[in-house]
Amino acid sequence: MSKGVLATEKRGIRELGAEEFVGWDEVTQGTVLYSFETEVKDVAHIRPEERPYSDFNSYTATVASWRVIKPIYNRDVCIDCQHCWVWCPDTSIISRDKQMLGIDYDHCKGCGVCAEVCPTNPKSLIMFAESEEIEDALAKWPEKKKKAK
Amino acid sequence: MAEKVELNEIEVWDGNYAVSQALRQAQVDVVAAYPITPSTPIVENYGSYVANGLVDGEFVMVESEHAAMSACVGAAAAGGRVATATSSQGFMLMIEVLYQASGMRVPLVLTVVNRAVASPLNVRGDHGDMYAGRDSGWVQLDAFNAQEAYDLTLCAFKIGEDMRVRLPVMVHQDGFLTSHTAQNVRPLQDDAAYNFIGDYKPHDEMLDFSKAVTYGAQTEEDWHFEHKAKQHKALFDSKEVIDEVFAEFKKLTGREYKRVESYMMEDAEVAIVALGSTVETLRVAAEELRKEGIKAGVVAPRVFRPFPYDEIRDALANVKAVCMMDRSAPMGAMGALFNEVSAALYTNPNRPVVSNYIYGLGGRDFSVEEAKRIFKEQKAHADAGHLTTPIQQFSGVRGPKLGFFETKRS
Repeated sequence: MSKGVLATEKRGIRELGAEEFVGWDEVTQGTVLYSFETEVKDVAHIRPEERPYSDFNSYTATVASWRVIKPIYNRDVCIDCQHCWVWCPDTSIISRDKQMLGIDYDHCKGCGVCAEVCPTNPKSLIMFAESEEIEDALAKWPEKKKKAK
Repeated sequence: MAEKVELNEIEVWDGNYAVSQALRQAQVDVVAAYPITPSTPIVENYGSYVANGLVDGEFVMVESEHAAMSACVGAAAAGGRVATATSSQGFMLMIEVLYQASGMRVPLVLTVVNRAVASPLNVRGDHGDMYAGRDSGWVQLDAFNAQEAYDLTLCAFKIGEDMRVRLPVMVHQDGFLTSHTAQNVRPLQDDAAYNFIGDYKPHDEMLDFSKAVTYGAQTEEDWHFEHKAKQHKALFDSKEVIDEVFAEFKKLTGREYKRVESYMMEDAEVAIVALGSTVETLRVAAEELRKEGIKAGVVAPRVFRPFPYDEIRDALANVKAVCMMDRSAPMGAMGALFNEVSAALYTNPNRPVVSNYIYGLGGRDFSVEEAKRIFKEQKAHADAGHLTTPIQQFSGVRGPKLGFFETKRS
């Protein structure tokens, strides 16, 4: 599986739980987790792929192995309505300037909510088996359904 | 800016009022509370100080004690000086969140007015709630009168907020006996009290957006143990800071506190170890017995957690018999004070005869006469060289004599 759009050097570089183990004298006080390696001002205005995420931020972990089915995205049908972006519980829909770009497959758990809420006909997001190749899925995308008379 | 209040050199305050004045002088930022007897006036007074412009803080009304402590933890993690008060059932409802507070290493202050735990329902004082908090990871300070409740509340902020500690702190006093008994209290003036504690120094505060931090992480078998070990060490290590704060407080006020208070122990042959207002009853009894030729002494842990094993061992190094008095129903075991003190004494080459009394449950009165009887029983143990009664007995309960667990001899 390709890492998908806007992958960076740090995104999804380890399985969740594969952090480096240290002893009691090196763990953080109060089990706090620092999101970033350095102080960072106005982080909301910095794009995720440019933020200095720490090794304990979920950005650097991947949970791709949890997935059994995955959403595949078809740009040709999408109307950039942003429904999937709003509904995704794991912020795994990547959108820029209101334009849908694709799926963050490092953090998508395959819940199917995005495909469920997609309003286009045919849908622009469809759930396929994890093993499905994206090109094969796009090649057999369903036709527009006609309204029943 | 909050208005200041000019206090008399000697005020007539009960334990609750004394603590609420300490919260005002500490300029606590947030008190989230669900008031409960007998600690109600502490948070009630703080609320009126906020309303009257005597403190720059927020009083947060919540729907339960669980919510009260949760809001306190949130406010402390956000970066404020935080306190609340509770008793008994309210304390029990807070317990889950007490562990959250200490695990997250947020320094907040809980003033506990000790009260019996139902069932049967009871509003009077015993130490059932205090004992239920003993594994919760908090520093636990114990006041025996209103003056001490005031003094220790000021100290509690300074101890918990120290960068070497960063742990929540409880200040205990006895329900009604201390909380509702007006006594002479010598307070500090507002500036002196505030300057003693100092400005709140935030650490890993959530409102610092340039350093995003997550509180309340999940850890399983791969991380949990290390975090708990670090927390345990922090609590044990806090004793040095407690000593420093007590020393600084003595410099300021002349009033001296120690992690273990000892009275007439220099030459004591028999001793009683107890907590709370009972300590003052025992002191009177011991003084009277001295006139009868019984070398009686009293030992009282001022700090219940971290438990002062070394100092207890030293204080009781030369006695022949010692009785630990627990004001909490241990239910199928010896009292907690008996267990802790006996463990400390077992590491001494000279081991005194040890026994345990359960007393004063649900606010049952404990008299000087009864204290003297128990001291005399210790003298009988000392003279015999062994225990002459069961190890655990009950003091002041109606009905046939109760005794549990015998020493194995021969």
